[in-house]
Amino acid sequence: MQVDETKEFKPTIVAFCCNWCSYAGADLSGTNRLNYPANVKIIRVPCSCRVNPMFILRAFQRGADGVIMCGCHPGDCHYTSGNYYARRRMTLLFSMLDFLGIEKERTRVEWVSAAEGAKFAATMNDFVATITKLGENRRLEDIRCKKQ
Amino acid sequence: MENNEKELAQLIQEISGLNPKKCMKCGKCSGACPAFHEMEYHPHQFVDMVDRGDVNKLLASKSIWMCLSCFACVERCPRDVKPANFIEAARLALIRQQGCNHLKDEAVPALLDDELPQQAIVSAYRKYKK
Amino acid sequence: MQRIGVFVCWCGSNIAATVDVQQVSDALAKEPGVVYSTNYQYMCSQSGQQMIQDAIKEHHLTGIVICSCSPRMHETTFRKTAAAAGINSYMVEIANIREQCSWIHKNKEEATEKAIILGRAAIAKVHLNAPLTAGESPVVKRALVIGGGIAGIQTALDIADAGFEVDIVEKKPTIGGKMAQIDKTFPTLDCAACILTPKMVDVAQNEKIHIYSYSEVESVKGFVGNFTATIKKKARYVKEDICTGCGLCTEKCPMKKVPNEFNQMLDNRTAIYIPFAQAVPKVATIDPNACMMLKNGKCGVCSKVCTAGAIDYTQKDEFIEQQYGAIVVATGFNTIKLDNFDEFAYSQSPDVVTSLEFERLMNAAGPTGGTLLRPSDHTHPHTLVFVQCVGSRDVSGCGKPYCSKICCMYTAKHAMLCREKYPDTEVYVFYIDVRTPGKNFDEFYRRAVEEYGVHYIKGMVGKVAPKNGKLMVQASDLLANDQLMIEADMVVLATAIEPDESARSIATMLTASMDTNDFFTEAHPKLRPVESPTAGIFLSGVCQGPKDIPETVSQASAAASKVIGLLVKDKLTCNPCVAESNEMMCNGCSACEKVCPYGAITYSDKEFRTPYRTTIMRRVASVNPAVCQGCGACTVACPSGAMDLKGFSTRQIMAEVDAICK
Repeated sequence: MQVDETKEFKPTIVAFCCNWCSYAGADLSGTNRLNYPANVKIIRVPCSCRVNPMFILRAFQRGADGVIMCGCHPGDCHYTSGNYYARRRMTLLFSMLDFLGIEKERTRVEWVSAAEGAKFAATMNDFVATITKLGENRRLEDIRCKKQ
Repeated sequence: MENNEKELAQLIQEISGLNPKKCMKCGKCSGACPAFHEMEYHPHQFVDMVDRGDVNKLLASKSIWMCLSCFACVERCPRDVKPANFIEAARLALIRQQGCNHLKDEAVPALLDDELPQQAIVSAYRKYKK
Repeated sequence: MQRIGVFVCWCGSNIAATVDVQQVSDALAKEPGVVYSTNYQYMCSQSGQQMIQDAIKEHHLTGIVICSCSPRMHETTFRKTAAAAGINSYMVEIANIREQCSWIHKNKEEATEKAIILGRAAIAKVHLNAPLTAGESPVVKRALVIGGGIAGIQTALDIADAGFEVDIVEKKPTIGGKMAQIDKTFPTLDCAACILTPKMVDVAQNEKIHIYSYSEVESVKGFVGNFTATIKKKARYVKEDICTGCGLCTEKCPMKKVPNEFNQMLDNRTAIYIPFAQAVPKVATIDPNACMMLKNGKCGVCSKVCTAGAIDYTQKDEFIEQQYGAIVVATGFNTIKLDNFDEFAYSQSPDVVTSLEFERLMNAAGPTGGTLLRPSDHTHPHTLVFVQCVGSRDVSGCGKPYCSKICCMYTAKHAMLCREKYPDTEVYVFYIDVRTPGKNFDEFYRRAVEEYGVHYIKGMVGKVAPKNGKLMVQASDLLANDQLMIEADMVVLATAIEPDESARSIATMLTASMDTNDFFTEAHPKLRPVESPTAGIFLSGVCQGPKDIPETVSQASAAASKVIGLLVKDKLTCNPCVAESNEMMCNGCSACEKVCPYGAITYSDKEFRTPYRTTIMRRVASVNPAVCQGCGACTVACPSGAMDLKGFSTRQIMAEVDAICK
C-alpha cells in the first residue's frame, strides 16, 4: 500500500476466524446489519489452533496493518482444547513482536462466540480505530511485493 | 473513620496474605476452636468481619487476644482460609499502630509472674516498645 | 493450472443493492486461471445451479468460486451441484459477500472493492485445492461396556434392546455395583435391591448381552467402529459354567475371617464366597489371598463338598480378544479414604462410619440384618450425628474440590429412616448448605425436618472424640453463633465420592481425556454430554461427574442411544478435511501426538531409502483419518512442517493472506 497524502489512510486488516464460533459470530453481525469497516477481511479456519504464527507474520510481510484472531471462548472450543493452544502460541508470538519492531497493538486475540454478533462488530470497530491511529505498518514489509 | 477502617481491613489481609473471600462459611473453624467460649467474636466471624471491612469492633475486642494460636482452625479449614492467620494479622496491625499497643507500660507490673525469667521481660520490652 | 469459473450471486437485492455484481464478475474474470465469470439473481435456485453445471461442462471447469452468502448457509448445496456436474465437491470455494460484506457496509464503492478482494482470496485458494474423497471405515456391530453398575447395566440393556451384541466387563465377581449395596433410594424410599436385581436378571437372561465378571480390560487398540479390546478374565478357581451357585462351599469353607468388602468390611466372609444372594452371575469365587489351598496346598474342603465338581485350583487368568464398534465407560465411583480427616476419629472408633457403611448397617441383608446397632458393642444407638461435606468442597488438599452432589439427599434419607424406624433416637445433621435440586428433592428434605423432626444445624463438626464408649462431638452452630458439644452414640460421615481408581488407566488406554479430578471429560459440556472427545467412546454414570441414580440411568440410556446411532451404520463416512503427515519431512518428534485431542496420531518405524542406496529406519507420524476431526492443532505444533490439513493447507491459507494483502 502506498502512502498517498491526499487520501485518507485505509488500513488492511486480516481476521482469522474459527469456523464454529467467531465465523458464525461474524455472520450474525451481518444478519443483524451491524456495521464495521470494510477494511476487515475474514479468513475462515477450522479452529483458532490452525492459525500458525507464520500466517500472521506473512500478513505483515505482505502489507497488512493489523491482524486479529478470533476463536471460541476458553472452554467452549469445538475441538475441546484448540483455543488454549492458540492462546499460548499467540502469547509467545506477541512477546516477540516488539523485538521485530511491530507494535503489539497491531495484533489481537479475541474470543467471540456464535451468539456475539454485536461483540464481533464492536471488536472490529475498535480494532480498526486502533490501527488507523497507529498508521501504516512498514516494518516487516517485503519491498519486493510493494506496488510501484 | 470509615476509610481508615477499610484500610485497616486491607492491611490485615495484606499481613496475612490470605483471601477471606475463599471462605464458604461452613463454620468448621468455630467447631474446632478450643477457646470458643472465651471469645466474644468467633473464628468464622473474624473472617467475615475482615471480608466486610468491619474490623474496628474486632480490634477493640478481647477476642483476638484469646486465640491460643493452636491452629486447629487452620488445620481443619477445607478452603485454606486459615482464620488464625487473620487473628495474628489483626494483632500485628494493632501492634504496628503507634501507641496502640495492647499493653500499657504501667499495666505490666501487675501482670508479671514471679517465675517469668528476667531476660524474657527485657527482650519483650525491646521487641514491642516503640 | 486450474480452469476456474466464478459465479457471483445477487441474492435478489441483498447483495446487488450494495455490491456492484457486474463489476465484481468483470474484475474477477481478469484473475489468472479464471476462464468463466458471470453473475445471476439467485445462484442457489434450481436455475442458478443448472447454470453452474452447464458452465462446468461447457468450459471444462476444474474449480468453482461462488461469491454469495455464508458457506455455513449453502456450502453443501454448491458442493452437491459441483459433484452432480462431475467435478470433486471439494473443488468449490465460497466467498462470503453477503453476511460479511453487503449486509454490513453501506458504501457501494467500498463494498464492491471488498467483494472483489474476497473473491480473489477464494480464487487463490481454489488454485491450490485438491480433490478430496471422504474415506469410509466399517463398523463392528458390537459394543463394550466397562463397568457393571447401574450405569453399565442400563446402557447394556438399551443397546441389546436395539438388537446389538453387548459385552459387560466387571472387575468384581458380580454386576450390580454400588447400587446393590444401597438400602433405600431417595426421594421415593423404595428399596434399591427391589428395583436393581430384576434388571440384573434381565442382563443375565438377555441373549445379546455377555457378562465378563471378575474381569478387566487389559488393552484397547483401534478407533471408532473398529476397536480391538483384550479382556483379562481373572482366575476365580471355579468353573463358571458348572457352578450352580448352591453356596454349600461357602458354608463349609474353614477360612471364615476374611473381611467382607460387600458389607464394607463390617463383617467377615469365607475364602470362597458369593458376594450376595442375588449376585449375577451367581457363581462362587475363591479369594486367592485367603484360600489355604491356594496359599499352601492344605485344605481342599470346597472341592470335596462341591457336588457339581466346579472347583478348579489350577485355573489360570484367561485373555480374550474381541472386536467392538463402540466402547462405553461406566467405571463408577468409590468413597474417598479418610486418612486426612483425623478430627472425625474414623480410625479410632468403629462407631464413626461412612455413609456407605451406614447403608449396610440399615440394610436387611447387611451385617446386622437390618437392625441399627453400633458396630462397637452392638447396642442400639440413641443419638446420631450426621456430618455433611466430609472431604467435599475442600480445596486445602485433604479432600476433593467439587461437590459430591448426592450427600445432601442421602443424609436426609438416612436421618429420615432412622427417625422412622427408631422414634426414640435423636438425629442431628450438620450442614454447610443443603442442596436439593431435583424433582421432589426439596420436598423430601423438608419432610425430614418437618415431619420426622430431624435437627438440621447450620455448622460443621470440628472434632469427634471417643470418651467412655460415647463420641463427644464438638461442633459449631452458626445461626445461634454458638459451639455445641453433643454426646453421640454414632457419627455418620457423608464422605466425598471420587472416580474409581481404575478410571485413570482406562482413560489412558482409550486416549479419552480426563479433568484434574479424574472424571472423564465430555465432548461438549452442554451439547454432547455423554460422548468423550475421542470418537467411539461414550460416558455413562459417575465416571463423568457425581450424579444420583435417576440421573445416572438417564445418562446411561442417552449413551446407549448414541452407541446405537453409531452401530446401525454399516460404514462411517469420515470428514475428508483431516490432517496428513508428509513422511519424508517428519522427524518423529511427537509434538503433534501430544497436542492431538483425539489421539489420532500414531508413530511407527518405517524404512526409507537414502541417496546412498542404503535404507534407514525412521520414526514417522501417521494420522488415522477415521479419528482425526480436522482441528489443525498438530499442523502448527509440527516443527518441520510435515503436518498439513487437507482443505485448509498452509499454502492455501497463505495464498488467501497474500490475496487479501495485495
